[in-house]
Amino acid sequence: MNTDTHAAGADDHHHGDSHAHGTFSTYMLGFVLSVVLTAIPFWLVMSGALPSKQITALVIMAFAVVQIVVHMIYFLHMNTTSENGWSMMALIFTIVMVVIALSGSLWVMSHLNSNMMPMHQMSGMK
Amino acid sequence: MTIAVNPSQTGEPVFYVADEHPHPEGWSTSLGFWIYLMSDCLIFAILFATFGVLGGNYAAGPAPKDLFDLNLVAVNTSMLLLSSITYGFAMLTMQQNKVAQTQVWLAITGLFGLAFIGIELTEFAHMIHEGATPQRSAFLSAFFTLVGTHGLHVSCGLIWLVTLMVQVQKFGLIEANRRRLMCLSMFWHFLDVVWIGVFTFVYLLGVLR
Repeated sequence: MNTDTHAAGADDHHHGDSHAHGTFSTYMLGFVLSVVLTAIPFWLVMSGALPSKQITALVIMAFAVVQIVVHMIYFLHMNTTSENGWSMMALIFTIVMVVIALSGSLWVMSHLNSNMMPMHQMSGMK
Repeated sequence: MTIAVNPSQTGEPVFYVADEHPHPEGWSTSLGFWIYLMSDCLIFAILFATFGVLGGNYAAGPAPKDLFDLNLVAVNTSMLLLSSITYGFAMLTMQQNKVAQTQVWLAITGLFGLAFIGIELTEFAHMIHEGATPQRSAFLSAFFTLVGTHGLHVSCGLIWLVTLMVQVQKFGLIEANRRRLMCLSMFWHFLDVVWIGVFTFVYLLGVLR
């Protein structure tokens, strides 16, 4: 709707209030959700409730992703309409960059590690 | 201002030379600050990638299992989480124009933030005392850089918080101060988001390793 007024060059502006606000109930809901989503991974690791380490690792990573989304929605008030969608565009661009940087680094460096000659073998070659 | 050349009968091209229309002060601040936060996110992504690559290189030194006390990390995490919700309450009371209550919630947020920094520094001091310094191994260098950068952000947030409390005390909840408080709220919640990554990937997965 802001785009329309821009295009028309009209005098009335609605810029100031395009940022979303929370209410008491959304803040509390976000808080309760993040307490639960924090407590479960800590409990899983500290008690070793799940049989294998791989499963535990995957589960706590999934909890982290869910909690980040909860924080984004309930604390940072992300939605697709704030700032005419530009904050969501910036967020998507950043996520793409982060995924490339993280997966690329880990992938390349793990291959480098497994293809390197082990240290003890190298010291034998004099 | 718009200068419009009226179309003439001869089929001459029509030019519009338009200045950008005026905007109220600070109308683009929240988007600009959001883009700053996204660039900050990239800094943390690089530090996380570095930690992910070097996190297993202990150089025969101490491993996460020997160093991290998950109870302490859980307390630390709850400090930051509580400071997030109290900052939310400060924003809600700010919207209702209650200066005194806003100040109280900001002060409580600051105390939780201070407790977080205090616990983190205690943990660092304990580790360094045990010989687990940043120079000991690649894992510890990456750990201190990542967690230290986050702690530095929280410390800057605390300085900002105190500054804004003084501003609100002096000038009240004027439009500019509301905008500043809104930016700090985004900064503060963003740091909590980064901490989710830290406690999951550094502490929990480190102990699990």
